[in-house]
Amino acid sequence: MKKLLLLGDEAVAQGGIDSGISGFYGYPGTPSTEIIEYVQRSPQAKERNIHREWSVNEKTAMEAALGMSYAGKRAIVTMKHVGLNVAADAFVNSAITGVNGGLIVAVADDPSMHSSQNEQDSRYYGKFAFTPMLEPSNQQEAYDMVHYGFDLSEKYKLPLLLRLTTRIAHSRGGVEVKDEARPENEVRLPDDPVQFVLLPNIAKRNYEQHLLAEQPALIEESEKSPFNKYIDGPDKSMGIVASGIAVNYLMENCPEGCNYPVVKIGQYPLPYNMLKKLFDEVDTVLVLEEGYPFIEEQLRGFFNTSPKPIKGRLDGTIPRTGELNPNIVAKAIGKEIEIVYSPNSIVKARPPQFCDGCGHIFFYKALNDVMEKYGKGRVFADIGCYTLAALSPFNAINSCVDMGASVTMAKGAADAGLLPSVAVIGDSTFTHSGITGLLDAVRENTNMTLFILDNSAVGMTGGQKSAATGRVEDIVKGLGVDPDHIRIVNPIPKEHQTMVKVFSEEIAYPGLSVVIPRRECVQTYIRRIKMQKKAKAAK
Amino acid sequence: MKTDIILTGVGGQGILSVAAIIAATALRKGMYVKQSEVHGMSQRGGDVQSNLRISDKPIASDLIPMGKADIVLGLEPIEALRYAHYLKKDGWLIANSTPYKNIPDYPPIEDVLAEIKKFPNHIILDADTEAKKLGSSLVANVILVGAVSPYLGLEYNDLEEGIREIFGRKGESVVELNLKALKKGLELSQEFVKIK
Ligand SMILES: Cc1ncc(C[n+]2csc(CCOP(=O)(O)OP(=O)(O)O)c2C)c(N)n1
Ligand code: SF4
Repeated sequence: MKKLLLLGDEAVAQGGIDSGISGFYGYPGTPSTEIIEYVQRSPQAKERNIHREWSVNEKTAMEAALGMSYAGKRAIVTMKHVGLNVAADAFVNSAITGVNGGLIVAVADDPSMHSSQNEQDSRYYGKFAFTPMLEPSNQQEAYDMVHYGFDLSEKYKLPLLLRLTTRIAHSRGGVEVKDEARPENEVRLPDDPVQFVLLPNIAKRNYEQHLLAEQPALIEESEKSPFNKYIDGPDKSMGIVASGIAVNYLMENCPEGCNYPVVKIGQYPLPYNMLKKLFDEVDTVLVLEEGYPFIEEQLRGFFNTSPKPIKGRLDGTIPRTGELNPNIVAKAIGKEIEIVYSPNSIVKARPPQFCDGCGHIFFYKALNDVMEKYGKGRVFADIGCYTLAALSPFNAINSCVDMGASVTMAKGAADAGLLPSVAVIGDSTFTHSGITGLLDAVRENTNMTLFILDNSAVGMTGGQKSAATGRVEDIVKGLGVDPDHIRIVNPIPKEHQTMVKVFSEEIAYPGLSVVIPRRECVQTYIRRIKMQKKAKAAK
Repeated sequence: MKTDIILTGVGGQGILSVAAIIAATALRKGMYVKQSEVHGMSQRGGDVQSNLRISDKPIASDLIPMGKADIVLGLEPIEALRYAHYLKKDGWLIANSTPYKNIPDYPPIEDVLAEIKKFPNHIILDADTEAKKLGSSLVANVILVGAVSPYLGLEYNDLEEGIREIFGRKGESVVELNLKALKKGLELSQEFVKIK
């Protein structure tokens, strides 16, 4: 055993490497990105040639991982919570097909929306799809759960959802790791040749005779799981159910152990008997969970005939939204922490900004100049660094909804007669989910202008390689956009006038145009130059 | 022994390298470490912070409870104040005095420093200027590690070892420069406390 200081994300990655995985798939997204980044740096992964290249989006990643599982090998697919919306079709149906090699879907939720559009709780997806789920409360569990999760997935031939949250994913803690990795699986076809063929009669069979039929056994696994525990306490006036990182906040406030009985939850479906035992013994139950009131709602269902109060996010004991912290938990268990100082009003907000010299800045300056004569409210943007233009001084964009929505919202608005209609999307977001929408616009030659900001990187999430690099015009041409209306510009100050001219022409053109401002992300550029210098010095 | 430190600054100032030096030192001494970081959106000129906890016993929470931090170390004065209310009553507020002005409504720096001085235990030093005097603006961070060093519950020479571990790959001259910066920070901090 060696001990490493790992982020929760890195613990998942190392856990995968050590438990005989053959492939990681995923699309970057905070706070999940560091899982695959760790694997990409890992000498072990390189030596074993574990698959670790980014996918174009979460759906392609999920399906590729399912393909690896079909072939008998173990795979992990990683994404942020909203990525699971994109992968949902594949995910939900993978529970119906079931798996062959072990399959773990590692999803990182972002309660409090530190860097996300919402704080959706992925555990609902697991319940929706009837898959088993694991939720670590610390970095060690994040590591251990991968091995355990693969075993469970292979035992029940079902995909497993591993739910992380920001404070586990992005916090470092000591992790004891195994000295030796378990061997990978050999390629081996599924025993049942039609297992993965979801024609209605087969799907119905899989659903009823496999997925639903295994549910009682999955609950039984939860009852005896090493990650679910009944911890007795002398004071029965209250019982506590705590899951994931909430367990840590509870322990922080009870360093000598908790006075109340506690059920710690790390594995789902919920262990009914363990919870029933707690419920019967105490006067009230407090639920501490990061995210939505997922356990709380189920407890209300389980024990709906009892008058005993169940406290948590639904009754206001815990704030309805946002992430937990040690102070919220302290208050909920009646141990409020004394706070001496208050926040200082001299402190001003410091929002993130474009890096100096970023091409997005000069693109928006030109776009704003051109759009001035048309008035506000016509620029549909997307998700990435370029979304920062929603803030002052640019105030340049009017929407940011989900990856790819710029293209299709601009189309819908143009269809409605809001002209001109302009879409702004990054190169990686374009390949993630913009291509299909552009094909819709091509078919109708919609009167809109799409700007694809090509900085040859996934800038927002740390400059990963973009699948679009070197092929944006080819993709656009291949979809059928008129080559006369595909224009490329260089977003730098000295090209301002050229940009204004090109943008004006294409926005005035009453059909579909695509303009590609192209300039490498400053951050990846700096990194590249540093690496080149290093390589030279090494020679 | 347990020390809870909140490190704050502006994205790009390098709070993570400060955290790395302190964490590496604590780990060398066989202590437990938890360090929660902010990644993602905050990488460009936005406010960033990291919760660093070191202890000789296992640590439960990844986040430091508000009202219980032993130290808030700000690489920038407003950023020091942003999390100063996490301090316990006799906690230390240690701040670099050089403002990072990338917002239009940055308050007058005298007012900001006056607010810092209201904390019973505070240290203010101009790490940027001192770093330039040492020959590299890159070592401002390490000067601040030196300034905080008497309050970490770690031995000074262990911190020196930590620096050797972190900068060793970059060559002896880089190590020496950073050791000098560490020393400078310690001196400035001791001086500040003496004359206050
Ligand atoms: C479905 C989904 N997956 C991932 C993310 C995380 N994410 C936000 S922006 C972004 C990439 C942006 O890259 P690009 O479009 O090239 O723009 P840039 O940041 O480089 O300007 C990612 C991966 C997300 N918000 N939603
Ligand atoms: S990371 Fe790259 S794309 Fe994002 S603001 Fe900085 S330079 Fe621009």
